Order: sequence, then structure tokens, then C-alpha cells
Amino acid sequence: MSTTSISELSAQVRRLRKQDAWWKNPMLGRLAIILALVLVLSILTNQVQGSSSDYTLLFKSSWFSSRGAQYVIGGVLIWIIAEAWRIQGLRRIAGQTISVAGRRTALIVPRSFTRQYSRLAGFFRWLIPNRWFRRVLVLAVVAVAIFLPYLGLFTLPYFQSVLAGQVGVYVLAALGLNVVVGWAGLLDLGYIAFFAIGAYTTAILSGKLPVGADGNPEAHPPIHLNLFFAFPIAVVLTMTAGLILGAPTLRLRGDYLAIVTLGFHEIVLQLAKNNPHNLTNGPLGATGISTFRFNLFGVHYDWNPTDSKPYWFLAIGLILIVVFAFRRLEHSKVGRTWTAIREDEVAAAASGVPTVKYKLMAFMIGASTSGFAGVLATAKITAITPDNFPLQLSIFVLAYVIFGGMGSLTGVIVGASLMTFLPFFLQGPPSWFNSGKPVVDPKDIPMWVGAVLLTMMIFRPQGLIPSKRRAQELAQAEHGVGDADAMTEPAEGVAP
Amino acid sequence: MSDQASTIPAPRTEASPSDNAALLELSSVEVAYGGIVALKGIDLEVRQGEIVALLGANGAGKTTTLRTVSGLLKPRSGEVRYAGEALTGIPAHKIVQLGIGHSPEGRRIFSRMTVLENLQMGAYRFKSVSQKDLDQVFELFPRLQERRTQLGGNLSGGEQQMLAIGRAMMGQPALLLLDEPSMGLAPLIVAQIFEIIERINALGTTILLVEQNAAQALKLAHRGYVLETGEVVMSAPAGELLNDPRIREAYLGETAE
Repeated sequence: MSTTSISELSAQVRRLRKQDAWWKNPMLGRLAIILALVLVLSILTNQVQGSSSDYTLLFKSSWFSSRGAQYVIGGVLIWIIAEAWRIQGLRRIAGQTISVAGRRTALIVPRSFTRQYSRLAGFFRWLIPNRWFRRVLVLAVVAVAIFLPYLGLFTLPYFQSVLAGQVGVYVLAALGLNVVVGWAGLLDLGYIAFFAIGAYTTAILSGKLPVGADGNPEAHPPIHLNLFFAFPIAVVLTMTAGLILGAPTLRLRGDYLAIVTLGFHEIVLQLAKNNPHNLTNGPLGATGISTFRFNLFGVHYDWNPTDSKPYWFLAIGLILIVVFAFRRLEHSKVGRTWTAIREDEVAAAASGVPTVKYKLMAFMIGASTSGFAGVLATAKITAITPDNFPLQLSIFVLAYVIFGGMGSLTGVIVGASLMTFLPFFLQGPPSWFNSGKPVVDPKDIPMWVGAVLLTMMIFRPQGLIPSKRRAQELAQAEHGVGDADAMTEPAEGVAP
Repeated sequence: MSDQASTIPAPRTEASPSDNAALLELSSVEVAYGGIVALKGIDLEVRQGEIVALLGANGAGKTTTLRTVSGLLKPRSGEVRYAGEALTGIPAHKIVQLGIGHSPEGRRIFSRMTVLENLQMGAYRFKSVSQKDLDQVFELFPRLQERRTQLGGNLSGGEQQMLAIGRAMMGQPALLLLDEPSMGLAPLIVAQIFEIIERINALGTTILLVEQNAAQALKLAHRGYVLETGEVVMSAPAGELLNDPRIREAYLGETAE
């Protein structure tokens, strides 16, 4: 067909090779993105608003100033650290050189640096698989977590409240979502709907809902229970809700399922707002929800909403139970089946897996964990309105899971903890450090959180502590083998 | 086809294309998937106008070789030279522009696009789809013309293979990489496809063919290479390989006495 001569072809190759210029190195592309991000941040956080006499004032003060230089230096530092981290991450996933694309890396990172770095990483690689080391490490981490409210800045009630009401609750929720998204590969954008169901269940069981038709909050709530009983009931209810949502929709795949779950979240929210049968008290919600009591074997203890520590301890206990259960699940036949469904649903079905049943199971386990977290959160904040459960929250929890590393329990715990803690840390306690001022302007907090997520996704899309399998999927996709996106449909039509 | 006067010494064969200049050369190419080394430094040469068969057992590195040539994998060391120039650093989608067509293992047709759309995708490197090329593909594969409006996924295995080759041909390749065109097909269809491969070669396209079906591939090819666990263990004109007792034993299922 083609009759191109060899000399012509050689000329073409030479021309194309010339296009492979050093400045097309993806590393430099990432630097450019980071610098662009930094410049935008430096403008958006600038106190100088601009001036009618000097139109360039804003740019001068945010870019061409010591402030601008600080931002740029900060950005470059982040870039250097992140690149080193990225290389290390890819090394660990893909082994030696190919993913780092030898020649290109050598341009920027000195060999000696990477060698030393990998020697350090090698030491930890030897240490981490050691069973006893791991056990001690886990125990140490749990111990630190328990004593956290007595350490450093966590002695402040503000941060104790963040720990119990945010970190604990959302770690729990993210763990559940990890089952759905990370293991079974189902994109659930309405996850907080189950959280809301758990919360409303708590309000009803504690005797604050439904309020009487005359508007008197104390009219006739039928049930008054110790909130510990709310856990099993909420779990059963949210599981049922998961079943009701899942059974008809889990035949859908990928994007379609995501849209349906999105709709489900909205339905639950509107139900709560519309106050069916006075059950939810509409937009006013419930207040003064009683909290946990312990009264068994002669031991009596009341959780007091003004002291966050006991809630934190309870949260740790619940997280430990859930993590233990999920770890067993992950390495069981069920976990293996979920992975198979995520990798190739058709092949899984062909191997005899009832895929809908297993997807439903993942969905229900996720939903019940969300309900679990909802009970804990409600007991802590003691007042709920529909506005406590915006769609945004569903997306945030998903972001925590992805940030930490989909499919990895450790990753999800670390990711959710950091990401829930970060905005409150930036907001800062009234009189702690930074001479009593918030770390950044409170209005800028979502922007900073967004910047962290963005940087993370550019440099380490597999998440902070990725699961081995997920990381491999991603690394393979970078080499053009397979598909990293669990949300896509399985390959079809290879041979009929 | 070529106006090249070759200065490279010709291998011992009477077949004329093997006197041409080398279109593709691999010199000590090493490729690894992570820590697993798939190619341990292979040397290979395809001359213009030739059909070269790449034989070997499963896992020998045949597919890896093709994927490396088409830029889907990056060699860890060594060099892939095309028309005498190194392809180092040129991404896969640009390598297609150089006239290297790849019909991948397992066919990989676009199953929810029609046959015609599949072929049009094959001509992606050109601004417009040439009717001449389309006619030529339909002439080579009349079945595809009959089924031009059907979805790729609804074709039979043999038709899908034809489509995969046809799609690669739409890019007017100077070098066509065929990865196991006989995979999973009935002997009759295999014979048909091999015949078409020969015709494509006669039209002036150089072909690098990966095959499990050693007997048939060697009958078709001018020269052959035998890969074993990532190394070239034998390279000779196809006729010699076909008569080599070791090859007959290992790949043609005959026992040496």
C-alpha cells in the first residue's frame, strides 16, 4: 500500500524524535501545574484588593514581591518532595526502572539521591512485612490514638471535639465507603444518605422525634432508648435502605449507578425536609438528643456532650471493631470475590459468582457502616437538621477514601483523619498559636483543602497508602496494560 | 518498492527481499514488567519487503517484542531502530505516524463501533479516510464489505481478525506488526488469513508476524526468529528453520529419534 522509501522514513523518525524535547518531560509539566496553582493561591489569599490608581497592584503584591517569592519557593519545595515521593511510589509498585522512564528521570533527580533514598526505603521494606514489628506498630498507633486527647494541641477542647465529632465519625464512614468503592468498585455518590438515616434513627430512638402535631417537641415521642441500642437498629435500617436502593439499581454499571445514588441522596434529604407524618420535623430537625449511657454490671457511666474525650474513646472502639471485621472480610472469599467483580465482572459471572448478590452485599455493608457513623455523630452533636447532610458531604467522604488510597484500610484511616482534621486545623482554635489568629483566612479553607487534594491527585493518584492491588492497576494503566478505572465496564467482544 | 541499494550483507537465502535494507532493527533490547524481565537483550532485524516470523512458546516475549516496537512498552536498555533511526522517546501514537501498524494480540477491535467505523479509526493518522485504502481493504477482505454496517462485537472470531488486520492496513503501514492472527481460529480460516497476509506483503508491506502456529508461519515467512524466555535462541531463513530437527521437535510436535 505504502511506498515510502527508507530515506524518507528515516527523515520522519528524526523529525519526530526532535519533538521529544526536554521541556516535554511530564515532571516539568507537573512543576508548571504546581506553579500555576501557587500563583492562583497567592492571588486569592492576598489581602490587597487592588487599586484604582495602580491596576497592576494586585499582581505586583501577589507575584512580584517577597510574598510571591515565598509562595513560589513553597511550591517548588512541594514539587521536589512530591516528585521524590512519586518516584518511590512507582518504584514500589512497578519494581525498577520502566515506570520512572530511566533517561527522563536522570535529567532531574541525581542518581545518588535516588539510590540513597531507595536504600532507606529498602530498610523499611524489610521491617514492615515483619509480623511482630507490625503488631507492635499497630498497638503503638492505637495507644497513641487513645492518649491523643492528652497530648499537645489535642488537650484543647476545640481539637478534642474535632477528634470525636469529625475524625472518628468520618474515619468510620470512610471505612464503610471503602468497601463499596475500593473493594467492590461501585461508585456511590449518595453515601451520606445512609448516614442521615442513621442519624434520624438515633433522634427517633432517643425520644426527640417524631414531635407532636401541635408543634410541642415534648408531645408524644413513643420511644426512649439508651442510644447504644440505636446502633443495631440503625444498622438494620440502613442495611434495609441499602437493599432497597441496591436491588433495583445494582444491575447498572459505573456512571449510571453513580447518578442513581446521587438521586437517592437527594430523595432522602427531601424526605427529611418534607417531614412525612411529622417523623423528621422538617427543616427544624431534632435538638437535645440524649446520648450514650452505660449501666451494666454495677458500672454506671453517662457520656456528657460537653466532654469530647469519652466520645473519642468510643469512636476508637467502634473503628477497631469495624477494622477487625473488615480485615477478616478482605482476606476472605467474599473479599476475593469483590476484587474479581471489580477486575472483570463478566469473567467473575462466568466463574459462577452471583455478581448482583455480592454487589448488594458490599452496598449493604457500606450502608450499615455509614448508619453506624451517623449514630455516633448524632450522639456527639445532639442536634440534627437536614442541612447536616448535604450532598457535598457524600463527595467529601469519597474524596477521603481516594485521598487515603482506595481499597487500603490503613490508607483510608490515615486519609480520612488528615482530611477531616485539616480544615479545622487551618481554622485554628481561638487562642492557641499564630497569636490567636486562624492559620489561614477561614474563607480560604475550602481552597486550601482543594489545593491539597489537587496536588495529591497530580503526584500520587493511587493515594497516600495505596492498597497493593490498586496501585498495580494504576501502574499498569500507565504502561497501557489494562484499565485502572474500576468504574468502567468490563472488556467485551473479544471473541464470541 | 524501495530505491535503496543495500550495503548490508545479505543472509544466506535465495529470497530476494532479504537483500534489501533493514527497515526495523532491535539491538540488545531489554524490557521489564516491573521487576520481571521479559526481554533479556534481543537482536532482531526486519528487511524491507520481508515477512519475518517470530516464534516461541507462551511467555517467550513475542508479544512484548511487538509492543516494544510499537512504543507501547519502553525498553529498559537497547535500541529499536526504524529506517536506521532510533525510536527512543517517541510515544506510541506518534510511532503510528511513521507507518508502523500494529494488529494487537486478542484483536482488540472496537466492539461497539461498526466495521466501517473501525476501519475509519485505522486511518486516524490521516486527515481524511482514503476511499482507495478502504476499497483495497474490502478487496482483501470481502467479508468486511458485506458486514460494513455491523457492530464489530457481533462479528465472528475470524471476521474480527480480518477487521483487526484491515484496521491496521488503513494506516498505510510500511511495517505491519501482526500478533497471533491465527489465535482461536478454525484451520480453514487460518489458511485464509495467512493467504491474505501473503497478498498484503506482495503489495509492498513489510510484515513482522508473531505466531504460535509455527508450521504455517514458516511456510509463509522469508526468515524466522525463535524466542525462548526472552532471548533469541535461533534465527535463520524460514526454510532452514522448518527443517531444523530441534524446531520440528519443539514447535511442530514431532519427536526426534
